[in-house]
Amino acid sequence: MSTENVAASGFGADEQDRGRRFLSALASTGTIFILLLILWVWITILNPTFAEPGPFLAYLKRSAPLVILAAGAYFVLVSGNFDLSVGSLVTVMVVVAARLIEGEPSRTWPVILLLLVIGAVVGFANGFISTILRVPSFITTLGMLLILNGAVFWWTGGAPRGALSDNFRSIGRQGIEGIPWIEQLPWSVLLMFAIGAASVLLMRADFGRQLIATGDNERAARLSGVRVDRVRILAFVLSGVLAAVAGILLGGFGGVSAQVGKGLEFDAITACVLGGVVLGGGRGSVVAAMAGALTLEALFTWLNLQGISGALEDTVQGVIIIGAVGFAAYRLRGAR
Amino acid sequence: MTVVDPSESSPGTRAAARKERVAGWRVGVLASPAAPVYGALIGIIVLAWIVVTIDGGEFLTTGNIVNMLQRSVALGIVSLGQTVVILLGSLDLSVAALISLSSLVTAQQMDGQPGNVIPAILIVLAMGAGVGLANGLIITKLRVNAFIATLGMALILGGIIENGWSGPQGGVTDAFSQDLGYTRFGVIPMSFILFAVVAVVIWFILRSTRFGYRVYAVGGSEDVSKLSGLRTHRTIIGAHIVCSLTAVITGIFLASRLKAGTPTVGLDGGYDLESIAAVVLGGTALTGGRGGVIGTIGGVFILAVLDNVFNQLEFNSFVRDVVRGIVIIAAVAIYARRQEKKA
Amino acid sequence: MSEQTLLQMEGIRKSFVGVEVLHGVDLDLRAGEIHAIVGENGAGKSTLMKTLAGVHAPDEGTIRIDGQEVSFHHPAAAQAAGVGIVYQEFNLLPDRNVAENIFIGREPVRAGIVDRRKMERETAALLEEVGEASFGPRTPVRWLSVAQQQVVEIVKARSLNARILVLDEPTAALAEGEVELLFTLVRRLQELGVGVLYISHRLREVFALSDRITVIKDGGVVKTLNTAETNQRELVNLMVGRELDGYFPERGAKDDLGDVRLKVSGLSTALLRDVSFEVRAGEIVGLAGLQGSGRTEIARAVFGADPIADGTVEIDGKAKRFKHPRQAVKAGLGFITEDRKAEGLALAQSISDNMLLAVRTVMPSRKRRSTPGLMTVKELAEVTELRARGPEQEVRFLSGGNQQKVVLSKWLETQPGILIFDEPTRGIDVGAKAGIHDLIRKLAKDGVAVLMISSELPELIGMSDRILVMHEGVLAGELPGGASEPQIMELATGSAEVAA
Repeated sequence: MSTENVAASGFGADEQDRGRRFLSALASTGTIFILLLILWVWITILNPTFAEPGPFLAYLKRSAPLVILAAGAYFVLVSGNFDLSVGSLVTVMVVVAARLIEGEPSRTWPVILLLLVIGAVVGFANGFISTILRVPSFITTLGMLLILNGAVFWWTGGAPRGALSDNFRSIGRQGIEGIPWIEQLPWSVLLMFAIGAASVLLMRADFGRQLIATGDNERAARLSGVRVDRVRILAFVLSGVLAAVAGILLGGFGGVSAQVGKGLEFDAITACVLGGVVLGGGRGSVVAAMAGALTLEALFTWLNLQGISGALEDTVQGVIIIGAVGFAAYRLRGAR
Repeated sequence: MTVVDPSESSPGTRAAARKERVAGWRVGVLASPAAPVYGALIGIIVLAWIVVTIDGGEFLTTGNIVNMLQRSVALGIVSLGQTVVILLGSLDLSVAALISLSSLVTAQQMDGQPGNVIPAILIVLAMGAGVGLANGLIITKLRVNAFIATLGMALILGGIIENGWSGPQGGVTDAFSQDLGYTRFGVIPMSFILFAVVAVVIWFILRSTRFGYRVYAVGGSEDVSKLSGLRTHRTIIGAHIVCSLTAVITGIFLASRLKAGTPTVGLDGGYDLESIAAVVLGGTALTGGRGGVIGTIGGVFILAVLDNVFNQLEFNSFVRDVVRGIVIIAAVAIYARRQEKKA
Repeated sequence: MSEQTLLQMEGIRKSFVGVEVLHGVDLDLRAGEIHAIVGENGAGKSTLMKTLAGVHAPDEGTIRIDGQEVSFHHPAAAQAAGVGIVYQEFNLLPDRNVAENIFIGREPVRAGIVDRRKMERETAALLEEVGEASFGPRTPVRWLSVAQQQVVEIVKARSLNARILVLDEPTAALAEGEVELLFTLVRRLQELGVGVLYISHRLREVFALSDRITVIKDGGVVKTLNTAETNQRELVNLMVGRELDGYFPERGAKDDLGDVRLKVSGLSTALLRDVSFEVRAGEIVGLAGLQGSGRTEIARAVFGADPIADGTVEIDGKAKRFKHPRQAVKAGLGFITEDRKAEGLALAQSISDNMLLAVRTVMPSRKRRSTPGLMTVKELAEVTELRARGPEQEVRFLSGGNQQKVVLSKWLETQPGILIFDEPTRGIDVGAKAGIHDLIRKLAKDGVAVLMISSELPELIGMSDRILVMHEGVLAGELPGGASEPQIMELATGSAEVAA
């Protein structure tokens, strides 16, 4: 183990500093950032005001719920599972909040706390059934979707009732006012960045490394001492809690409706896959997954600007998603 | 499974053959993933009968049986196709949109003219084959994960529907609607015969044709199949075509039943996720390679019986969803336990 | 032996993403010949075989079979031309039966219906041809042992009327006794005029079996030799390009042994019955036995990976019963598993993530920073002489030997008192093997108690201070280090009732 050996082994011969490591990570998952940038530039060409702080922040604000959901979906996907229940969970959040708050501002914070707890409990149930009871998560969360949808409308008697309070809505709508140049910094954007930063830190920490190793090779992880069931359950809990956060934001944006969460689970998974997360686990970065969500939202904006009628929007979206994922698959194959 | 005795030359081979026969039986009958499904089905029927009777209703009457059979048909046919792609290790989330689209196109092409019935059916079947081919090509040639590929296809078809139709499409001829949707032979509705025919055809394909063998092989392991010289892409594409065909047949049936095509019939029925649930409830592994049509039929019946009971007891439809979700999760948890014990 | 040339590969070149892996390889095979191909891992043997199998299309060069130029763009085309391959990782479907596996992709049909009878009849005939009576056409592959599965693989290749049969490391997963059966089978095929390309790391087998040997190094042919005219030393020199003196490191002295670190008494599980033994600090205890005799099961039971029915495990004198491997890791155990890819590594993750995986599970990062003796990733790489681009490289791009060093590093970082090695050098080339042997011995000298499972008897004999031999779930006996191969085999096969 003399120094000559090290030289001969060539391990780490090119000392990678943080910056270079970041660049190489960017290069490997970079497609999504390039795509995002292209879309931003294109949208700006079509509609120059997009690049101004106000409209751009509005775009970020609109994207925040999906970005947050994508982060939640990422934790579950990277550990090798699916979470199809987040869309219905978002609906549950909004409906439950309206019913319990009934426009009463004083109830806002206790209810928010309750929503977060519901998210965690549902996530825990998903995780427990998928790991300890060995039900494939696709089925677990599909069943959970049915249960949540049924339960919440059973409880509310078929249609959403009650109303949200103004301070509840302000989380999704308002922000820090009076900041020069950008005028208002929306809470949702702040929350999005905070969750993004926390997710990155979490994935760099021991938990994150164990989670991704579990998704990559469950048996090897277990034999290395990783409590694979526990980390996977935690991933589901994170997904549930983040769905609660997204639900709170969405409740502020729109009205109380039974449709608010519809299809969001697929949008979140699509965002992750656009960002290069591999279904089946073990691959992809959380930043890229969140960038995937921003890209998806930019895509919606772009479609609007292109004057594509609402009807064909879905079709174009479908083609683009297949194309983007096909392109990513092509690149991955080339890199082997 | 017929018993073939290979050359009975030595005691060794005889013993091996005997051991194998026992093994074959254990693998074929008792350990078949379909066995617990029918156990559960019988249990649920008995339970349903008791509950409904106590409630003062009637369960095992002709009318009610017809009703249950009738309700099984739409979900049943599409679940058969879903079984094929799931056995292959794939899945199809585009069936709901395709069902809607095919119901619309059926009505549009018939246009009220009895002479158009056959051409309309042929056109819709061709459309199904085309969508299946597209799904298969996207998965094999573009290497897009089946989940995303068929989800994307669902979006594409949804957009086409929204662009072309804003409400129901008339044009299904009276005779066609009457023949397929409402004719009955004794207890057996015509539509159920359609279901049975599709089931037998797919059962036969899976059990006895090269294509069927290859579906199981690719579902067992795509890599192994490829290295063994199997042209896996053809099998994958073929399976997706079969699945899409069952979806359009479902669409044609629903058009006859409703006497119109509707843009939302597929999604409202939740046929995408429910067909997957029925397949899994039938004991087919989501990872592919294990299971079959027989189990799926059991799975469909379980869902139909549950539906029926809730209707009879006049339960809120939301409770129905809750119970359904619980049943699906519980059933798969039990299968998982069985699988573990065997291993 | 006929002199007719069956296969001729000329100037085969192949690149992946701009990196040339094969630089113009020439190879020929005669009918009825066993032609061994040897070379270090990563030398390009497997890639070469995959160009022959139609998995990769060569960028340049020609392949001729019977003088006819061929080009394969799919494995099916290669099969049709008479090329059969048995890969290192088995290619069978566990949920299908033997006949279905053999006829996969070319099921016989009559009027569109698969002719099951014909398939089973032909399978039975093929099994009879190779003298296999322990299972039949309808046995599910899931039930077969590794050795039986290999017979199925070979029969499958044979059923294609393969005139060219490639065996890629066929003995890697076999115990010594089973190897002989394989040899008999290969020789029988040779008599039938089949040309066999035999890839192996085990030089002893190559000498026992082959007619000619081709050495491949760094993507090119070094030399093709007649087996009768060469010896192991020359071959090893050609393979690694340097002299290797002495295969095994020196044993420790008897009085270097410390206290008993691992004591197993009366261990019983689903497969094991009443197994008792102990391992002392500084000692390497070898564990021999045929495939399925319960060697790996001992390791898994001790490590908490499988449930224990009865018996006790004592670590440093304290009784422990681990319910999860994590507890074992905490108690200072490490387990280098037999199957690196399935159980040892998270292949898509970086070297550094793999190296730190185990220590992360048992020690919070705050404590790691204050614990003396923990090495950095770079230091671990130095200690194990790992060759890699850097800590961020994904382990799937490493050779088998370097992957094994990553697994070893993972356990070194937990500062273990007891290490269990299961087939530590399986599928690892000669040069890297010696490095791993040195490391194991060095660890023992530093006071680690080592339990080493191996199917390679020379390795067991050369490395172990004592050798335990398993037979059908029972400890059949114990032999001193340096025992002879026949002594071990007698115990392992159960032919000696009372051991020394």
